[in-house]
Amino acid sequence: MATQEVKLYQVGTFVAGNRLLPLEVRTVQARTDRSNSITSGHRACQGCGEVLGARYVLDAAMRATDGDMVAVNATGCLEVFSTPYPETSWQIPWLHSLFGNAPAVASGVAAALRAAGNEHTRVVGQAGDGGTVDIGFGALSGMFERNDDVLFVCYDNEGYMNTGVQRSGATPPAARTANTKAIGPEPGNAFGQGKSVPLIAMAHEIPYVATATVADLHDLEDKVAKAMTFRGARYLHVLVPCPLGWGSASQDTIKVARLAKETGIFPVFEAEAGEVTAVSTIRRQVPVEDYLRLQKRYAHLFGDPVATDVIARLQARADRNIARFGLLDAPAQG
Amino acid sequence: MFEIRIHGRGGQGAVTAAEMLSVAAFDEGWHAQAFPTFGSERMGAPVVAFCRIDERPIRIHEPIARPDAVIVQDPTLLHQVKVFEGIDADAYVLVNTGRSFAELGLDELAASLRPSRMVTVPATALAREHLGRALPNTALLGAFAGLTARVSLQAVSDAILARFPGPVGEGNVAAARAAYDHVRHELGAVDA
Amino acid sequence: MPSQIEGSQAVALTVARCRPQVVAAYPISPQTHIVEALSDLVRTGELDPCEYLMVESEFGAMSACIGASAAGARTYTATASQGLLFMAEALFNASGMGFPIVMTVANRAIGAPINIWNDHSDSMSMRDSGWIQLFASSNQAAVDLHVQAFALAERLSVPVMVCMDGFVLTHAVEEVELPTQEQVDRFLPAFVPQQVLDPAAPVSMGAMVGPEAFAEVKYLMHAKQVQALDEIPLIAADFAEEFGREAGGLVAPYRLDEAETIVVALGSVLGAIEEVVDDLRTEGVRIGALGITCFRPWPIAEVRDALGSAHRVIVVEKAFAVGAGGIVGQNTRLALGRLPVTVYDVVAGLGGRPVTRASLRGLVDDVLADRLDAQALHFLDLDTDLVTRELARTGDGGTGPHAEHMLRALGTAGSASH
Repeated sequence: MATQEVKLYQVGTFVAGNRLLPLEVRTVQARTDRSNSITSGHRACQGCGEVLGARYVLDAAMRATDGDMVAVNATGCLEVFSTPYPETSWQIPWLHSLFGNAPAVASGVAAALRAAGNEHTRVVGQAGDGGTVDIGFGALSGMFERNDDVLFVCYDNEGYMNTGVQRSGATPPAARTANTKAIGPEPGNAFGQGKSVPLIAMAHEIPYVATATVADLHDLEDKVAKAMTFRGARYLHVLVPCPLGWGSASQDTIKVARLAKETGIFPVFEAEAGEVTAVSTIRRQVPVEDYLRLQKRYAHLFGDPVATDVIARLQARADRNIARFGLLDAPAQG
Repeated sequence: MFEIRIHGRGGQGAVTAAEMLSVAAFDEGWHAQAFPTFGSERMGAPVVAFCRIDERPIRIHEPIARPDAVIVQDPTLLHQVKVFEGIDADAYVLVNTGRSFAELGLDELAASLRPSRMVTVPATALAREHLGRALPNTALLGAFAGLTARVSLQAVSDAILARFPGPVGEGNVAAARAAYDHVRHELGAVDA
Repeated sequence: MPSQIEGSQAVALTVARCRPQVVAAYPISPQTHIVEALSDLVRTGELDPCEYLMVESEFGAMSACIGASAAGARTYTATASQGLLFMAEALFNASGMGFPIVMTVANRAIGAPINIWNDHSDSMSMRDSGWIQLFASSNQAAVDLHVQAFALAERLSVPVMVCMDGFVLTHAVEEVELPTQEQVDRFLPAFVPQQVLDPAAPVSMGAMVGPEAFAEVKYLMHAKQVQALDEIPLIAADFAEEFGREAGGLVAPYRLDEAETIVVALGSVLGAIEEVVDDLRTEGVRIGALGITCFRPWPIAEVRDALGSAHRVIVVEKAFAVGAGGIVGQNTRLALGRLPVTVYDVVAGLGGRPVTRASLRGLVDDVLADRLDAQALHFLDLDTDLVTRELARTGDGGTGPHAEHMLRALGTAGSASH
């Protein structure tokens, strides 16, 4: 029988799961034996980036730990839509305590396992940006400085979404939220505020810090697997668009996440012991406007007249990230 | 019940002294209790420590308002803190100083006390001599034993060694013994 | 063989013998000696296996305990005052989820104004948190209650706080019969959690419960606490059998035989009250005392039984409900219902003011001479002069916080004898 060799170009991120690839190179999501740590039946919004990120992260973690792990979850969207009593969509051991204490609770779980002489069961703590950047920040820093053996994952949708889209310490400048509305002399969230928890995590010099988005599945899964090769405190910051809060189309979640990276607005990198070790480069820098236009939380920038000054400031921030992290192989264009 | 109040400054070991005194009494078969007053941790601030000794179990925890004995570890407290408040004519008074009661401006007090129950002892000097540090608390415990006989010098020494083992303890015990001897000598010169 | 030992050291040694596997530690006066001692015991290997977590706040401490308990470890922490408040959210979380955590509360006043000395406002502020609250009247009681607390907590899957007067007991050196490791091991079995995080059998803990089931969940919490009223005497009996001494239980009656007047109190003040009772009894006064050992759950039946035949009850408490009245007093009146017993409610010892035998004796004399109004809340040893002057000052339109003005009026530059 005649055969024709078929060269496949669409491998990598653009083909989710890569079912045409050899098994060992496929993502965890492409595997039929993936744990489905958070299974169907949850009540997340259509197009929710957070539940997508959680599934990606936890299935990867389950694979990396041979299914031997425990998850601690802060209050927030993920916790609320996954456990509507009496149902749960979690198929892994899962503990929800409070809003501000997920890192501390995870530290306690890790301590208990250590005290029991259990060196194989791993601990993942997870929270939204509110539970990580704001109310959980003290506990997070404590977990970092003690170097407790926990992988902490922040699903960053840049606001308190479950309570109705309020501003958090992760909300970017100019973004509209329920308490930074597009009214008044400076519509949207203020410039000159906010914090980079990945950089703060690096300042603690913990073994491993990484950022990722739901747009690049391979990259995210690799980072989870890599994180699990370390012992001690590790931090993963995942950008997860929220169609409701961001005002983006529910089918645009992955696209918006990709644009966040390709504009330089969300730098994707890895660090170990406080030093950047790798970055995800931008093949072709995209102007921030392409990213902003997809989200109604920035709609006030595109009225009449267009807020070119604000957009320019946002562009400058993206350019600064690109320069700071060396995200372009070639110099920035336009 | 026999109640002792120790006045000192933070860092001079008044609290430890009260504790060791209670241990000494306990070791000799008494019920004993020791506790301090508190401020936040601060060197040099006035500190008061209490010790009770009784043949029955001690149920109360209130500060000692009517002490049977007062130990003043630091004479600079004398005109700053009412160290003698609540004592009566039968009280024991022990002051850490190289001067006399008269030189300290305490003639009136001295006149009201029983001569066999009041004594000064240069505890700080003895401490410097025997342990190389200006910490008079253990010396004063030896002096207390000599003054009141409510605990023996042996019990005091054992309590000191339990708290400070090794050469440090030995030095403290030596200071206590020296102070004890000083007091016995001073009182020997006084009519009972 | 008793030891002459500091209260905090005694508690730390006892807790260590209860074999906690995770200890979360955050320092606050007057609990510091306890967590320091436990650190030493872990470092020297005397307490092993045990993970000693130095957390970033009291909220972190209780949160770590929650995580550890969920993962199957026997867990302990200690706090006081502001620290207890800082973990308030976590207290309710722990009890709501049924984690058998044991915690020492070294009772201390709550600010403002900031005050590091003893009273019961901290524990009382958390009386509705769903935790069992036991109060120690001496360091011996504190030690014995901790052992019983672990047993109680794990039998019922309810967290327990053991309250001991800060500084007054924690920093007092007195004789204590310490439980031996062998005794504790016989009394306290290994912790078997009701629910545990286990990859081999995954469960979700901490679900959201809506209007359709929340009331039922809370009802069951209440039922479990009420069950503790039965369990506590049983544990006390088991304790007596193993350790050879009485400790724990719901209430501690003292000379209640034919008592017409009974003084009710919690904690170390009971020692002074007993002395006053003894003096009055020698004078022929029919007076006794009732110590409340278990405050939550409130042993309503036992209190009613103990006080029901008296003519009058004098509640002496170290906290009160601002704007509402006494706390223990209200609970006592609840227990007595319509019985013809007059209840006097007296607040004493706030912010570390010593409650002396003399003051207590004066109080009882006043009550017996009918000089006290049973309808009003009384403050023992209140400096009414100072209060009157301050009220006059503010009445004239003066501003500024009361505390600073009163301290100035008191002339805090000089030192009293103590």
